[in-house]
Amino acid sequence: MKPGTKLKSTVCDTEVMVIRGPHIVVECGGFPMSEERPAELKSINPGFAKGTRIGKRYVNAAGTLELLCVKTGQGSLSIGSVALQIKDAKPLPASD
Amino acid sequence: MNISLILQMAADAEPERIGLVCDGRRWTYSALARAAQGAAKSISISGSSHVALLDENSEAAAIAFFGAAISGVPYVPLNYRLADEDLAGLLNRIAPAYIVGDVKRVERLCPKRAHAAWTRAGFVAEAEKLADMAPAVEETQQSIAVQLFTSGTTAAPKAAILRHPNLLSYILGTVEFGAASTQEAALVSVPPYHIAGIAALLSSIYAMRRILLLPAFDPEHWLALAAAERATNTFLVPTMLARIIARLDAGATADLSALKAIAYGGGPMPLELIDRALRLFPQTGFTNAYGLTETSSTIALLGPEEHRAAHDSGTPEARARLASVGRPLPTVEIEIRDEQGRRLPPGERGEIYVRGEQVSGEYRERSALDANGWFSTRDAGWLDAEGYLFLAGRADDVIVRGGENISPGEIEAVLLSHPAIADAAAVAVPSAEWGEAVAIAIVAKPNHVPPDDDELRALIKNRLRSSRVPERIAMLDALPYNEMGKLLRREVRNLFR
Repeated sequence: MKPGTKLKSTVCDTEVMVIRGPHIVVECGGFPMSEERPAELKSINPGFAKGTRIGKRYVNAAGTLELLCVKTGQGSLSIGSVALQIKDAKPLPASD
Repeated sequence: MNISLILQMAADAEPERIGLVCDGRRWTYSALARAAQGAAKSISISGSSHVALLDENSEAAAIAFFGAAISGVPYVPLNYRLADEDLAGLLNRIAPAYIVGDVKRVERLCPKRAHAAWTRAGFVAEAEKLADMAPAVEETQQSIAVQLFTSGTTAAPKAAILRHPNLLSYILGTVEFGAASTQEAALVSVPPYHIAGIAALLSSIYAMRRILLLPAFDPEHWLALAAAERATNTFLVPTMLARIIARLDAGATADLSALKAIAYGGGPMPLELIDRALRLFPQTGFTNAYGLTETSSTIALLGPEEHRAAHDSGTPEARARLASVGRPLPTVEIEIRDEQGRRLPPGERGEIYVRGEQVSGEYRERSALDANGWFSTRDAGWLDAEGYLFLAGRADDVIVRGGENISPGEIEAVLLSHPAIADAAAVAVPSAEWGEAVAIAIVAKPNHVPPDDDELRALIKNRLRSSRVPERIAMLDALPYNEMGKLLRREVRNLFR
Protein backbone atom coordinates (compact mmCIF):
# COMPACT_ATOMS: atom_id res chain seq x y z
CA MET A 1 0.00 0.00 0.00
CA LYS A 2 1.12 3.52 -0.70
CA PRO A 3 2.61 5.22 2.37
CA GLY A 4 0.25 7.95 3.52
CA THR A 5 -2.90 6.05 2.47
CA LYS A 6 -5.61 6.48 5.08
CA LEU A 7 -7.79 3.50 5.95
CA LYS A 8 -11.07 3.97 7.79
CA SER A 9 -12.93 1.53 9.98
CA THR A 10 -16.38 0.37 8.88
CA VAL A 11 -17.47 -0.26 12.48
CA CYS A 12 -16.12 2.73 14.45
CA ASP A 13 -14.21 6.04 14.22
CA THR A 14 -10.79 4.38 13.88
CA GLU A 15 -8.59 5.71 11.12
CA VAL A 16 -5.03 4.61 10.35
CA MET A 17 -2.33 5.93 8.04
CA VAL A 18 -0.12 3.47 6.20
CA ILE A 19 3.55 3.94 7.09
CA ARG A 20 4.53 0.90 5.03
CA GLY A 21 3.05 -2.41 4.06
CA PRO A 22 2.14 -4.79 1.23
CA HIS A 23 -1.27 -4.79 -0.45
CA ILE A 24 -3.20 -6.65 2.19
CA VAL A 25 -6.66 -6.40 3.74
CA VAL A 26 -6.53 -4.68 7.13
CA GLU A 27 -9.52 -5.22 9.39
CA CYS A 28 -10.89 -3.15 12.24
CA GLY A 29 -13.52 -4.55 14.59
CA GLY A 30 -13.58 -7.70 12.49
CA PHE A 31 -14.40 -6.03 9.13
CA PRO A 32 -12.17 -4.82 6.28
CA MET A 33 -11.17 -1.15 6.45
CA SER A 34 -11.68 1.05 3.41
CA GLU A 35 -10.40 4.33 2.00
CA GLU A 36 -13.91 5.77 2.13
CA ARG A 37 -15.89 5.99 5.32
CA PRO A 38 -19.16 4.05 4.88
CA ALA A 39 -22.50 5.83 5.11
CA GLU A 40 -23.60 3.47 7.85
CA LEU A 41 -21.39 1.68 10.38
CA LYS A 42 -21.57 -2.11 10.73
CA SER A 43 -21.91 -3.80 14.13
CA ILE A 44 -18.55 -4.48 15.69
CA ASN A 45 -17.39 -8.11 16.07
CA PRO A 46 -17.01 -8.45 19.89
CA GLY A 47 -13.87 -10.53 19.37
CA PHE A 48 -12.16 -7.42 17.90
CA ALA A 49 -13.38 -4.68 20.23
CA LYS A 50 -10.38 -3.79 22.36
CA GLY A 51 -10.07 -0.36 20.78
CA THR A 52 -7.32 1.57 19.01
CA ARG A 53 -5.06 4.22 20.52
CA ILE A 54 -4.21 7.46 18.74
CA GLY A 55 -0.55 7.97 17.89
CA LYS A 56 0.37 4.31 18.35
CA ARG A 57 1.98 2.30 15.59
CA TYR A 58 0.49 -1.08 14.83
CA VAL A 59 2.58 -3.82 13.24
CA ASN A 60 2.18 -7.42 12.16
CA ALA A 61 4.42 -10.16 13.56
CA ALA A 62 6.56 -10.25 10.40
CA GLY A 63 7.20 -6.50 10.68
CA THR A 64 6.20 -5.96 7.03
CA LEU A 65 3.18 -3.82 7.88
CA GLU A 66 3.17 -0.62 9.94
CA LEU A 67 0.13 1.58 10.50
CA LEU A 68 -0.18 4.78 12.51
CA CYS A 69 -3.48 5.22 14.31
CA VAL A 70 -4.60 8.80 13.60
CA LYS A 71 -8.15 8.51 15.02
CA THR A 72 -9.20 6.22 17.80
CA GLY A 73 -12.23 3.96 17.94
CA GLN A 74 -13.68 0.87 19.66
CA GLY A 75 -12.57 -1.71 17.11
CA SER A 76 -9.20 -3.44 17.21
CA LEU A 77 -6.93 -3.96 14.22
CA SER A 78 -6.18 -7.33 12.66
CA ILE A 79 -5.10 -9.11 9.52
CA GLY A 80 -7.56 -11.97 9.11
CA SER A 81 -8.06 -13.12 12.66
CA VAL A 82 -4.56 -12.19 13.86
CA ALA A 83 -4.47 -9.03 15.97
CA LEU A 84 -1.88 -6.36 15.13
CA GLN A 85 0.45 -5.38 17.97
CA ILE A 86 1.54 -1.95 19.21
CA LYS A 87 5.12 -1.27 18.22
CA ASP A 88 7.48 -0.33 21.05
CA ALA A 89 8.66 3.26 20.83
CA LYS A 90 12.39 3.87 20.95
CA PRO A 91 12.54 7.34 22.44
CA LEU A 92 15.10 9.83 21.14
CA PRO A 93 16.00 12.94 23.12
CA ALA A 94 14.07 16.02 22.00
CA SER A 95 16.26 17.84 19.49
CA ASP A 96 14.16 20.83 18.61
CA MET B 1 0.10 12.96 3.40
CA ASN B 2 -0.39 16.32 5.02
CA ILE B 3 1.48 17.65 8.05
CA SER B 4 -1.72 19.27 9.33
CA LEU B 5 -2.36 15.74 10.65
CA ILE B 6 0.02 16.53 13.51
CA LEU B 7 -2.10 19.36 14.89
CA GLN B 8 -5.34 17.50 14.15
CA MET B 9 -4.19 14.45 16.15
CA ALA B 10 -3.27 16.60 19.15
CA ALA B 11 -6.64 18.37 18.92
CA ASP B 12 -8.49 15.04 18.66
CA ALA B 13 -6.57 13.46 21.54
CA GLU B 14 -6.85 16.31 24.05
CA PRO B 15 -8.79 19.26 22.63
CA GLU B 16 -8.74 21.34 25.80
CA ARG B 17 -5.05 20.91 26.64
CA ILE B 18 -2.92 24.06 26.34
CA GLY B 19 -0.66 23.70 23.31
CA LEU B 20 0.82 27.16 22.88
CA VAL B 21 1.48 30.19 25.06
CA CYS B 22 2.41 33.50 23.45
CA ASP B 23 2.25 37.06 24.79
CA GLY B 24 0.07 35.89 27.68
CA ARG B 25 -2.58 34.20 25.52
CA ARG B 26 -3.01 30.45 26.03
CA TRP B 27 -4.16 28.40 23.04
CA THR B 28 -5.68 24.94 23.36
CA TYR B 29 -4.93 22.39 20.63
CA SER B 30 -8.55 22.61 19.58
CA ALA B 31 -8.45 26.43 19.31
CA LEU B 32 -5.25 26.23 17.26
CA ALA B 33 -6.66 23.56 14.96
CA ARG B 34 -9.85 25.55 14.41
CA ALA B 35 -7.89 28.71 13.64
CA ALA B 36 -5.71 26.75 11.20
CA GLN B 37 -8.86 25.56 9.43
CA GLY B 38 -10.17 29.10 9.22
CA ALA B 39 -6.80 30.27 7.90
CA ALA B 40 -6.95 27.55 5.24
CA LYS B 41 -10.31 28.89 4.10
CA SER B 42 -8.99 32.46 3.96
CA ILE B 43 -5.91 31.32 2.02
CA SER B 44 -8.02 29.33 -0.45
CA ILE B 45 -10.28 32.33 -1.09
CA SER B 46 -7.23 34.51 -1.85
CA GLY B 47 -5.95 32.25 -4.63
CA SER B 48 -2.36 32.91 -3.52
CA SER B 49 0.53 30.72 -4.68
CA HIS B 50 2.44 31.02 -1.38
CA VAL B 51 1.69 31.83 2.25
CA ALA B 52 4.42 34.02 3.71
CA LEU B 53 5.15 35.16 7.23
CA LEU B 54 6.97 38.46 7.63
CA ASP B 55 6.89 38.72 11.38
CA GLU B 56 8.40 37.66 14.67
CA ASN B 57 7.24 34.50 16.41
CA SER B 58 3.60 34.43 17.48
CA GLU B 59 0.58 32.16 17.31
CA ALA B 60 0.09 33.56 13.79
CA ALA B 61 3.17 31.58 12.67
CA ALA B 62 1.63 28.28 13.79
CA ILE B 63 -1.81 29.16 12.41
CA ALA B 64 -0.41 30.31 9.04
CA PHE B 65 1.84 27.25 8.79
CA PHE B 66 -0.91 24.69 9.43
CA GLY B 67 -3.48 26.73 7.50
CA ALA B 68 -1.16 26.74 4.49
CA ALA B 69 -0.68 22.97 4.88
CA ILE B 70 -4.44 22.27 4.95
CA SER B 71 -4.97 24.39 1.84
CA GLY B 72 -2.04 22.76 0.03
CA VAL B 73 -0.14 26.03 -0.46
CA PRO B 74 3.60 26.27 0.39
CA TYR B 75 4.41 28.15 3.61
CA VAL B 76 7.30 30.60 3.25
CA PRO B 77 8.44 32.24 6.48
CA LEU B 78 10.65 35.19 5.52
CA ASN B 79 13.58 36.72 7.35
CA TYR B 80 12.24 40.09 8.47
CA ARG B 81 15.80 41.20 9.28
CA LEU B 82 16.76 41.24 5.59
CA ALA B 83 17.58 44.56 3.98
CA ASP B 84 14.78 46.04 1.84
CA GLU B 85 16.47 45.22 -1.44
CA ASP B 86 17.01 41.55 -0.55
CA LEU B 87 13.51 41.17 0.87
CA ALA B 88 11.92 42.79 -2.19
CA GLY B 89 13.72 40.23 -4.34
CA LEU B 90 12.28 37.35 -2.33
CA LEU B 91 8.77 38.86 -2.32
CA ASN B 92 8.89 39.00 -6.12
CA ARG B 93 9.85 35.34 -6.24
CA ILE B 94 6.71 34.25 -4.32
CA ALA B 95 4.03 36.48 -5.88
CA PRO B 96 1.10 36.38 -5.57
CA ALA B 97 1.44 35.59 -1.87
CA TYR B 98 -0.79 35.66 1.19
CA ILE B 99 1.47 37.55 3.59
CA VAL B 100 1.02 37.79 7.35
CA GLY B 101 2.88 40.41 9.38
CA ASP B 102 4.46 43.69 8.32
CA VAL B 103 1.78 45.01 5.94
CA LYS B 104 3.34 48.48 5.66
CA ARG B 105 6.68 47.05 4.56
CA VAL B 106 5.02 44.81 1.96
CA GLU B 107 3.11 47.80 0.57
CA ARG B 108 6.26 49.91 0.48
CA LEU B 109 8.37 47.22 -1.23
CA CYS B 110 5.63 45.97 -3.58
CA PRO B 111 3.57 49.06 -4.46
CA LYS B 112 1.79 47.22 -7.30
CA ARG B 113 -0.21 45.23 -4.73
CA ALA B 114 0.77 41.83 -6.06
CA HIS B 115 0.16 40.30 -2.63
CA ALA B 116 -2.67 39.89 -0.12
CA ALA B 117 -1.17 41.32 3.09
CA TRP B 118 -2.60 40.85 6.58
CA THR B 119 -1.54 42.25 9.93
CA ARG B 120 -0.91 39.64 12.59
CA ALA B 121 -4.05 40.57 14.55
CA GLY B 122 -6.18 40.87 11.41
CA PHE B 123 -5.10 37.46 10.19
CA VAL B 124 -5.72 35.72 13.52
CA ALA B 125 -9.18 37.33 13.82
CA GLU B 126 -10.07 36.27 10.26
CA ALA B 127 -8.81 32.72 10.89
CA GLU B 128 -10.95 32.41 14.02
CA LYS B 129 -13.96 33.89 12.22
CA LEU B 130 -13.78 31.38 9.35
CA ALA B 131 -13.03 28.35 11.56
CA ASP B 132 -16.28 26.57 10.65
CA MET B 133 -15.76 26.98 6.92
CA ALA B 134 -12.68 24.77 6.63
CA PRO B 135 -11.94 23.36 3.19
CA ALA B 136 -11.13 19.65 2.88
CA VAL B 137 -7.51 18.83 3.67
CA GLU B 138 -5.46 18.86 0.48
CA GLU B 139 -4.03 15.33 0.35
CA THR B 140 -1.87 15.30 -2.76
CA GLN B 141 1.05 12.96 -2.17
CA GLN B 142 3.97 15.21 -2.93
CA SER B 143 2.87 18.80 -2.42
CA ILE B 144 5.27 21.36 -0.93
CA ALA B 145 4.77 22.08 2.75
CA VAL B 146 7.51 24.63 3.34
CA GLN B 147 9.80 26.76 1.23
CA LEU B 148 12.73 28.30 3.07
CA PHE B 149 15.20 30.70 1.56
CA THR B 150 18.64 29.60 2.70
CA SER B 151 20.63 32.18 4.62
CA GLY B 152 22.96 32.78 1.70
CA THR B 153 26.19 32.93 3.69
CA THR B 154 28.11 31.85 0.59
CA ALA B 155 25.86 32.92 -2.30
CA ALA B 156 22.41 34.32 -3.17
CA PRO B 157 19.52 32.69 -1.23
CA LYS B 158 18.29 29.40 -2.65
CA ALA B 159 14.65 28.34 -2.25
CA ALA B 160 14.86 25.03 -0.43
CA ILE B 161 11.62 23.06 -0.45
CA LEU B 162 10.35 20.48 2.01
CA ARG B 163 7.43 18.31 0.95
CA HIS B 164 4.80 16.96 3.33
CA PRO B 165 6.30 13.43 3.37
CA ASN B 166 9.78 14.84 4.26
CA LEU B 167 8.55 16.67 7.35
CA LEU B 168 6.09 13.98 8.38
CA SER B 169 8.70 11.23 8.17
CA TYR B 170 11.08 13.36 10.29
CA ILE B 171 8.45 13.81 13.01
CA LEU B 172 7.16 10.23 12.93
CA GLY B 173 10.74 8.96 13.02
CA THR B 174 11.90 11.05 15.98
CA VAL B 175 8.90 11.91 18.18
CA GLU B 176 6.45 9.66 20.05
CA PHE B 177 2.90 11.02 19.86
CA GLY B 178 1.66 12.53 23.14
CA ALA B 179 4.82 11.50 24.99
CA ALA B 180 5.04 14.73 27.01
CA SER B 181 3.35 15.11 30.39
CA THR B 182 1.21 18.17 31.08
CA GLN B 183 4.15 19.58 33.10
CA GLU B 184 6.37 19.79 30.03
CA ALA B 185 6.85 23.04 28.17
CA ALA B 186 9.30 23.87 25.37
CA LEU B 187 10.62 27.42 25.16
CA VAL B 188 10.96 28.27 21.47
CA SER B 189 13.07 31.33 20.69
CA VAL B 190 14.52 30.47 17.29
CA PRO B 191 13.12 32.66 14.51
CA PRO B 192 10.10 31.34 12.59
CA TYR B 193 11.98 31.51 9.27
CA HIS B 194 14.60 28.99 10.41
CA ILE B 195 14.13 25.23 9.96
CA ALA B 196 14.59 24.85 13.73
CA GLY B 197 11.54 27.08 14.22
CA ILE B 198 9.44 24.89 11.90
CA ALA B 199 10.71 21.68 13.50
CA ALA B 200 10.04 23.02 17.01
CA LEU B 201 6.37 23.63 16.19
CA LEU B 202 5.91 20.18 14.68
CA SER B 203 7.88 18.20 17.29
CA SER B 204 6.36 19.94 20.28
CA ILE B 205 2.78 19.64 19.04
CA TYR B 206 3.21 15.95 18.13
CA ALA B 207 4.77 15.23 21.55
CA MET B 208 2.01 17.43 23.04
CA ARG B 209 4.65 19.47 24.81
CA ARG B 210 3.28 22.97 25.46
CA ILE B 211 5.06 25.59 23.34
CA LEU B 212 6.21 28.80 25.02
CA LEU B 213 6.79 31.14 22.13
CA LEU B 214 9.20 34.03 22.55
CA PRO B 215 8.56 36.71 19.87
CA ALA B 216 12.31 37.20 19.32
CA PHE B 217 15.34 36.04 21.25
CA ASP B 218 16.59 38.26 24.04
CA PRO B 219 18.43 36.74 27.02
CA GLU B 220 16.50 38.80 29.59
CA HIS B 221 13.11 37.85 28.14
CA TRP B 222 14.21 34.26 27.69
CA LEU B 223 15.14 33.95 31.38
CA ALA B 224 11.90 35.61 32.49
CA LEU B 225 9.69 33.37 30.34
CA ALA B 226 11.61 30.20 31.28
CA ALA B 227 11.15 30.96 34.97
CA ALA B 228 7.53 32.17 34.81
CA GLU B 229 6.25 29.24 32.75
CA ARG B 230 8.66 26.66 34.20
CA ALA B 231 10.12 25.67 30.83
CA THR B 232 11.38 22.07 30.80
CA ASN B 233 12.85 21.98 27.29
CA THR B 234 14.46 24.40 24.91
CA PHE B 235 16.45 24.63 21.70
CA LEU B 236 19.21 27.22 21.44
CA VAL B 237 21.86 28.14 18.94
CA PRO B 238 25.26 28.42 20.66
CA THR B 239 25.23 32.22 20.45
CA MET B 240 21.96 32.30 22.39
CA LEU B 241 23.33 29.97 25.07
CA ALA B 242 26.42 32.18 25.39
CA ARG B 243 24.25 35.28 25.83
CA ILE B 244 22.06 33.61 28.46
CA ILE B 245 25.13 32.51 30.42
CA ALA B 246 26.61 36.00 30.11
CA ARG B 247 23.42 37.42 31.65
CA LEU B 248 23.60 34.94 34.52
CA ASP B 249 27.29 35.81 35.00
CA ALA B 250 26.33 39.48 35.11
CA GLY B 251 24.04 38.80 38.05
CA ALA B 252 20.66 38.04 36.46
CA THR B 253 18.63 35.60 38.52
CA ALA B 254 15.97 33.22 37.24
CA ASP B 255 14.52 29.99 38.58
CA LEU B 256 15.53 27.47 35.93
CA SER B 257 14.99 24.45 38.17
CA ALA B 258 12.39 22.96 35.80
CA LEU B 259 14.75 23.02 32.82
CA LYS B 260 15.59 19.37 32.17
CA ALA B 261 16.68 19.47 28.54
CA ILE B 262 18.61 21.90 26.35
CA ALA B 263 19.08 21.00 22.72
CA TYR B 264 21.47 23.05 20.63
CA GLY B 265 22.61 23.29 17.04
CA GLY B 266 22.66 25.61 14.06
CA GLY B 267 26.35 26.41 14.36
CA PRO B 268 29.58 25.26 15.95
CA MET B 269 29.51 24.99 19.75
CA PRO B 270 32.76 26.19 21.34
CA LEU B 271 34.10 23.53 23.73
CA GLU B 272 34.60 26.06 26.54
CA LEU B 273 30.94 27.08 26.24
CA ILE B 274 29.46 23.57 26.42
CA ASP B 275 31.84 22.71 29.27
CA ARG B 276 30.69 25.79 31.13
CA ALA B 277 27.02 25.04 30.47
CA LEU B 278 27.37 21.45 31.68
CA ARG B 279 28.84 22.74 34.95
CA LEU B 280 26.28 25.54 35.30
CA PHE B 281 23.26 23.26 34.70
CA PRO B 282 24.27 19.95 36.30
CA GLN B 283 20.72 18.57 36.29
CA THR B 284 20.02 19.42 32.65
CA GLY B 285 20.38 16.99 29.75
CA PHE B 286 22.16 18.46 26.72
CA THR B 287 21.53 17.29 23.17
CA ASN B 288 23.56 18.42 20.19
CA ALA B 289 21.47 18.29 17.04
CA TYR B 290 23.03 18.51 13.59
CA GLY B 291 20.85 19.11 10.60
CA LEU B 292 20.19 21.32 7.62
CA THR B 293 17.21 23.05 6.10
CA GLU B 294 17.32 20.56 3.21
CA THR B 295 17.14 17.59 5.60
CA SER B 296 13.99 18.71 7.52
CA SER B 297 16.15 19.55 10.56
CA THR B 298 18.05 17.00 12.68
CA ILE B 299 19.95 14.10 11.08
CA ALA B 300 22.44 13.32 13.88
CA LEU B 301 22.28 13.59 17.66
CA LEU B 302 24.67 13.59 20.59
CA GLY B 303 22.45 12.77 23.57
CA PRO B 304 22.49 13.75 27.26
CA GLU B 305 24.29 10.62 28.53
CA GLU B 306 26.97 11.00 25.86
CA HIS B 307 27.51 14.61 26.91
CA ARG B 308 27.92 13.74 30.58
CA ALA B 309 30.18 10.76 29.83
CA ALA B 310 32.48 12.92 27.69
CA HIS B 311 32.39 15.83 30.14
CA ASP B 312 33.22 13.67 33.17
CA SER B 313 35.90 11.64 31.43
CA GLY B 314 39.59 12.20 32.11
CA THR B 315 40.90 10.84 28.81
CA PRO B 316 41.33 13.21 25.86
CA GLU B 317 39.81 10.63 23.46
CA ALA B 318 36.56 10.44 25.42
CA ARG B 319 36.45 14.20 25.99
CA ALA B 320 36.91 14.79 22.28
CA ARG B 321 33.42 13.41 21.77
CA LEU B 322 31.97 16.63 23.20
CA ALA B 323 32.98 18.16 19.87
CA SER B 324 31.00 15.53 17.96
CA VAL B 325 27.47 16.06 16.64
CA GLY B 326 26.69 12.47 17.58
CA ARG B 327 25.38 9.54 15.63
CA PRO B 328 22.91 9.49 12.71
CA LEU B 329 19.21 9.09 13.51
CA PRO B 330 18.04 5.48 13.09
CA THR B 331 16.02 6.60 10.06
CA VAL B 332 18.94 8.29 8.29
CA GLU B 333 22.16 7.11 6.59
CA ILE B 334 25.34 9.19 6.60
CA GLU B 335 28.49 8.68 4.48
CA ILE B 336 31.73 10.59 4.10
CA ARG B 337 33.00 10.86 0.53
CA ASP B 338 36.07 12.27 -1.16
CA GLU B 339 36.01 14.71 -4.08
CA GLN B 340 35.69 11.85 -6.56
CA GLY B 341 32.62 10.60 -4.72
CA ARG B 342 34.36 7.58 -3.18
CA ARG B 343 33.23 6.51 0.26
CA LEU B 344 35.89 7.18 2.89
CA PRO B 345 36.70 5.01 5.92
CA PRO B 346 36.38 6.24 9.54
CA GLY B 347 38.85 8.92 10.53
CA GLU B 348 39.20 10.40 7.05
CA ARG B 349 37.86 13.83 6.32
CA GLY B 350 35.58 14.44 3.35
CA GLU B 351 32.16 15.72 2.47
CA ILE B 352 29.09 14.60 4.42
CA TYR B 353 26.37 12.84 2.39
CA VAL B 354 22.98 11.94 3.81
CA ARG B 355 20.01 9.85 2.69
CA GLY B 356 16.56 9.25 4.17
CA GLU B 357 12.87 10.01 3.69
CA GLN B 358 13.18 13.29 5.60
CA VAL B 359 15.93 14.48 3.25
CA SER B 360 14.44 16.63 0.50
CA GLY B 361 17.70 17.88 -0.95
CA GLU B 362 15.55 19.89 -3.28
CA TYR B 363 15.40 23.49 -4.44
CA ARG B 364 12.75 25.24 -6.51
CA GLU B 365 15.05 25.11 -9.50
CA ARG B 366 16.43 21.58 -9.16
CA SER B 367 16.90 18.53 -6.99
CA ALA B 368 20.37 18.12 -5.51
CA LEU B 369 19.90 14.41 -4.78
CA ASP B 370 22.07 11.97 -6.73
CA ALA B 371 20.63 8.98 -8.60
CA ASN B 372 20.62 6.89 -5.41
CA GLY B 373 18.91 9.52 -3.28
CA TRP B 374 22.01 10.86 -1.51
CA PHE B 375 22.23 14.57 -0.69
CA SER B 376 25.60 16.26 -0.60
CA THR B 377 25.47 18.62 2.37
CA ARG B 378 28.56 20.65 1.36
CA ASP B 379 29.56 20.26 5.01
CA ALA B 380 32.97 18.72 5.61
CA GLY B 381 33.46 16.15 8.35
CA TRP B 382 34.50 12.69 9.40
CA LEU B 383 33.14 9.70 11.31
CA ASP B 384 35.07 8.05 14.13
CA ALA B 385 35.34 4.28 14.57
CA GLU B 386 32.13 4.16 16.59
CA GLY B 387 30.13 6.12 14.06
CA TYR B 388 30.22 9.53 15.77
CA LEU B 389 30.14 12.39 13.31
CA PHE B 390 32.50 15.38 13.58
CA LEU B 391 32.06 18.54 11.52
CA ALA B 392 34.95 20.36 9.88
CA GLY B 393 33.42 23.44 8.30
CA ARG B 394 31.79 23.94 4.92
CA ALA B 395 33.27 22.13 1.96
CA ASP B 396 33.02 25.44 0.04
CA ASP B 397 35.17 27.17 2.66
CA VAL B 398 38.19 24.97 2.00
CA ILE B 399 41.18 26.99 0.89
CA VAL B 400 42.90 25.34 -2.08
CA ARG B 401 46.50 26.55 -2.15
CA GLY B 402 48.60 25.10 -4.94
CA GLY B 403 46.46 21.97 -5.00
CA GLU B 404 46.61 21.49 -1.24
CA ASN B 405 43.30 21.54 0.65
CA ILE B 406 43.43 23.67 3.78
CA SER B 407 40.59 23.69 6.28
CA PRO B 408 39.93 27.14 7.77
CA GLY B 409 39.08 25.40 11.03
CA GLU B 410 42.63 24.17 11.70
CA ILE B 411 44.07 27.66 11.29
CA GLU B 412 41.30 29.24 13.36
CA ALA B 413 41.84 26.73 16.19
CA VAL B 414 45.53 27.66 16.39
CA LEU B 415 44.76 31.39 16.34
CA LEU B 416 42.14 31.00 19.10
CA SER B 417 44.73 29.30 21.31
CA HIS B 418 46.55 32.66 21.52
CA PRO B 419 45.68 34.32 24.86
CA ALA B 420 45.07 37.75 23.27
CA ILE B 421 42.78 36.59 20.43
CA ALA B 422 39.02 36.56 20.97
CA ASP B 423 37.85 35.50 17.52
CA ALA B 424 39.43 34.50 14.22
CA ALA B 425 38.49 33.57 10.67
CA ALA B 426 40.62 32.14 7.87
CA VAL B 427 39.46 32.53 4.28
CA ALA B 428 40.77 32.07 0.76
CA VAL B 429 42.09 35.04 -1.20
CA PRO B 430 43.14 34.96 -4.84
CA SER B 431 46.87 34.41 -5.34
CA ALA B 432 48.71 34.73 -8.62
CA GLU B 433 51.26 32.18 -7.49
CA TRP B 434 49.09 29.58 -5.73
CA GLY B 435 45.59 30.08 -7.11
CA GLU B 436 44.37 30.69 -3.58
CA ALA B 437 46.19 31.67 -0.43
CA VAL B 438 45.26 32.10 3.21
CA ALA B 439 44.02 35.37 4.68
CA ILE B 440 43.08 35.77 8.31
CA ALA B 441 40.92 38.23 10.18
CA ILE B 442 41.37 38.39 13.93
CA VAL B 443 39.67 40.14 16.82
CA ALA B 444 41.75 40.95 19.88
CA LYS B 445 40.42 40.45 23.40
CA PRO B 446 39.54 43.66 25.23
CA ASN B 447 42.47 45.09 27.22
CA HIS B 448 44.97 42.78 25.50
CA VAL B 449 47.80 43.77 23.23
CA PRO B 450 47.12 41.97 19.96
CA PRO B 451 49.99 39.96 18.44
CA ASP B 452 51.72 41.59 15.48
CA ASP B 453 51.80 40.03 12.00
CA ASP B 454 55.19 38.37 12.50
CA GLU B 455 54.07 36.72 15.72
CA LEU B 456 50.88 35.45 14.05
CA ARG B 457 52.83 34.02 11.09
CA ALA B 458 55.30 32.34 13.43
CA LEU B 459 52.49 30.88 15.52
CA ILE B 460 50.87 29.24 12.48
CA LYS B 461 54.15 28.15 10.94
CA ASN B 462 55.26 26.45 14.17
CA ARG B 463 51.95 24.77 14.97
CA LEU B 464 50.91 23.83 11.41
CA ARG B 465 53.11 24.23 8.36
CA SER B 466 54.29 26.96 6.04
CA SER B 467 51.49 26.51 3.47
CA ARG B 468 49.04 27.66 6.20
CA VAL B 469 50.88 30.90 6.89
CA PRO B 470 48.62 33.82 5.92
CA GLU B 471 49.54 36.14 3.10
CA ARG B 472 47.19 38.78 4.40
CA ILE B 473 46.11 39.71 7.91
CA ALA B 474 43.31 42.01 9.04
CA MET B 475 42.60 43.20 12.57
CA LEU B 476 38.88 43.78 13.21
CA ASP B 477 36.66 44.95 16.05
CA ALA B 478 34.27 42.06 15.40
CA LEU B 479 33.71 39.35 12.78
CA PRO B 480 30.50 39.49 10.74
CA TYR B 481 27.87 36.99 11.91
CA ASN B 482 24.24 36.57 10.93
CA GLU B 483 21.59 36.55 13.66
CA MET B 484 21.80 32.75 13.97
CA GLY B 485 25.47 32.99 14.86
CA LYS B 486 26.75 31.86 11.45
CA LEU B 487 30.00 33.46 10.36
CA LEU B 488 29.51 35.31 7.08
CA ARG B 489 32.69 34.16 5.34
CA ARG B 490 31.67 35.88 2.13
CA GLU B 491 31.93 39.22 3.97
CA VAL B 492 35.28 38.28 5.48
CA ARG B 493 36.58 37.42 1.99
CA ASN B 494 35.32 40.78 0.71
CA LEU B 495 37.57 42.54 3.24
CA PHE B 496 40.58 41.35 1.31
CA ARG B 497 39.40 42.34 -2.17
